[in-house]
Amino acid sequence: MAQEEIDKAIAGDYKLGFEIDIEQDTVPPGLNEDVIRFISKKKDEPDWMTELRLKAYRKWLEMEEPHWANVEYEPIDYQAISYFSAPKQKPKSLDEVDPKILEAYEKLGIPLEEQKQLQGIAVDAVVDSVSVKTTYADELKKLGIIFCSISEAIRDYPELIKKYMFSVVPMNDNFYAALNSTVFTDGTFVYIPKGVRCPMELSTYFRINALNTGQFERTLIVADEGSYVSYNEGCSAPMRDDSQLHAAVVELVALKDAEIKYSTIQNWYPGDKDGKGGIYNFVTKRGLCLGENSKISWTQVETGSVITWKYPSCILKGDGSVGEFYSVAVTTLAQQADTGTKMIHLGKNTSSTIISKGISAMKGQNSYRGLVKIGKDAFGARNFSECDSLLIGSRCGAHTFPYLEDKSSHAKVEHEATTTKISEEQLFYLRQRGIDEENAVSMIVHGFCKDVFAHLPMEYAVEARSLLELTLEGSVG
Amino acid sequence: MNMVEIKDLYANIGDKKILKGLNLELQEGKVHVIMGPNGAGKSTLSKAIVGHYDIEIENGSIVYKGEDITELEPEERALKGIFLSFQNPVEVPGVSNAYFLRTAVNAKRKYEGKEELNAAEFLRKAKETANFLGMKPELLNRSLNEGFSGGEKKRNETLQMLLLEPDFIILDEIDSGLDIDALRAVSEGINKLKDGKRTFLVITHYSRILDYIKPDVVHVLKDGKIVKTAGSELVEVLEKEGYAALGES
Ligand SMILES: Nc1ncnc2c1ncn2[C@@H]1O[C@H](COP(=O)(O)OP(=O)(O)OP(=O)(O)O)[C@@H](O)[C@H]1O
Ligand SMILES: [Mg+2]
Repeated sequence: MAQEEIDKAIAGDYKLGFEIDIEQDTVPPGLNEDVIRFISKKKDEPDWMTELRLKAYRKWLEMEEPHWANVEYEPIDYQAISYFSAPKQKPKSLDEVDPKILEAYEKLGIPLEEQKQLQGIAVDAVVDSVSVKTTYADELKKLGIIFCSISEAIRDYPELIKKYMFSVVPMNDNFYAALNSTVFTDGTFVYIPKGVRCPMELSTYFRINALNTGQFERTLIVADEGSYVSYNEGCSAPMRDDSQLHAAVVELVALKDAEIKYSTIQNWYPGDKDGKGGIYNFVTKRGLCLGENSKISWTQVETGSVITWKYPSCILKGDGSVGEFYSVAVTTLAQQADTGTKMIHLGKNTSSTIISKGISAMKGQNSYRGLVKIGKDAFGARNFSECDSLLIGSRCGAHTFPYLEDKSSHAKVEHEATTTKISEEQLFYLRQRGIDEENAVSMIVHGFCKDVFAHLPMEYAVEARSLLELTLEGSVG
Repeated sequence: MNMVEIKDLYANIGDKKILKGLNLELQEGKVHVIMGPNGAGKSTLSKAIVGHYDIEIENGSIVYKGEDITELEPEERALKGIFLSFQNPVEVPGVSNAYFLRTAVNAKRKYEGKEELNAAEFLRKAKETANFLGMKPELLNRSLNEGFSGGEKKRNETLQMLLLEPDFIILDEIDSGLDIDALRAVSEGINKLKDGKRTFLVITHYSRILDYIKPDVVHVLKDGKIVKTAGSELVEVLEKEGYAALGES
């Protein structure tokens, strides 16, 4: 198939690019101390939080935007972004959520409605900067589980917030983390008490709706000793002409014998065939395995955004703790992704597994960046990394940058990498056996991703599969 | 009755002219053999029939069961019952052979309005057939053709043929690279499908396989054209005298 035909076939394919027609309460673009005070006030925050934000802001002013990632984009004007936007009508109870928002979530397939809650998923939905609805919170409360928006947590659980927020990702960790610490507007807080196994999947759905706003959510999950939680995050945004910034921070803390499973399906608007209007996704995600034998596992399916800069990481501090990273990152159109993970082994007998699958099509550029760091006391540390790339067509690219720092010289580290190309010959072979082209591509792609999908909760694996099909539809000639 | 009629076919790869006015008729229920020198255009002909993207048809028609198929997508031709065993089957890493086979079989069943086979039903059938061909069952669990030996690939092509039960079967050098046992197994597979209705087009350089599958008609393809058509006795003549005496007439 000729290249133009391929491009035509894929153009305008972003199926979630609708806008919710609701009134927004938005601050004018720009960032200064007054804006920060305004945001903090809007959110009824205590003074200590306002002060923390200002402290982060002063640090941010001294920091420089990083440019080491293998991505290219127009410079971002941080004074042209609006840092707060909320639906005007604030819902006081679940019944008061604007029906238009509910309808929008319906379109996204988010099970907000009562009947769908039977599926056993608790959902926190965030539109722009405000958490509009947290389902199931009451039931979870009976088990002592806290599942609420971060703003509520700041007001209602200050001790937990003071103890754990910024403990994994310090406010000056990097440029985007500092910006987030300054202006974060919402996000989710989860606390699982000692010995409790959270009986349902917890989910947050983020959506950027207002024009020219950034979304800066902040998520904090604390799993106390011997507890378990599986948390899922999904994202989308309407189509725009201008790129929007998304700079989130996620912090996870697992105490002794606790386990956190964090899954992401990221489907922000990728922009048009030249990347115009796509979301800039600069995210800092880090988990701290603080206690012995704790475990943190990241699974991500990244199909959206025009630029993705994201390295979910694990700090394996507790002896015997385990870190895992399973990733499928797709870049098509003009998308660029620089993603990977860091596994920092500090405790003894810590182990980590990295499985990264990058898929590139059309003009997509996919980079894997992985760091495995073994501290000097991390006796018996083990890491296994596998990093595979799949290329569809000849204009895309895949790059891998694995780094290893071993201070212990006792560690067992294995790294494997492969690059495969879907060739026309392979597609033709499958088609000659009566399998149509779309199915032929998805067979090859799913075969390639199955080791990662196996780690997603069942329902999300199904979503990931169809999302992948949608994303790659028409990208093969 | 003819199942396939190819008329005045001109086909190019890039700007290279390969088939130059080829005419060929294949009768229903018969085994046709095509022999001819290297580079004559035998594989090109088979690829033209199944709609390979490399081949540009400049002129002529390919009629299958009364329908001109030259504009059809490859998968449509396949679903209508045309099967090509490739001279060099491609490897598809990551896709399990069994999963691929089942998808292909079910695509065909769906097309024919039959119920799709579930995993267990399919696996039983696939194992049975693989066993008949003397294939190691582990080949079903491996990635499609990946790291298969030459002979294993050819057996796997035969396995697909047996499971898909096509009406028009093109075998492009199915016999090359096979050991004696494999040649016998593959031939038995082919004979199993002979039912007086299916049409076979066997492309080969050697008479060996023709000891097992008795040909009805033998054609010689040389320089992009069919230059001779005769009965099975032609094979012996060609073995003795080569192709030099044919064509250029
Ligand atoms: N992709 C291609 N690009 C250029 N030339 C090609 C290509 N494929 C085939 N050819 C040429 O077309 C001609 C016919 O090739 P074809 O494979 O049909 O021959 P064949 O009769 O099957 O030969 P063999 O007996 O060796 O298999 C050869 O000269 C070959 O080099
Ligand atoms: Mg050939």
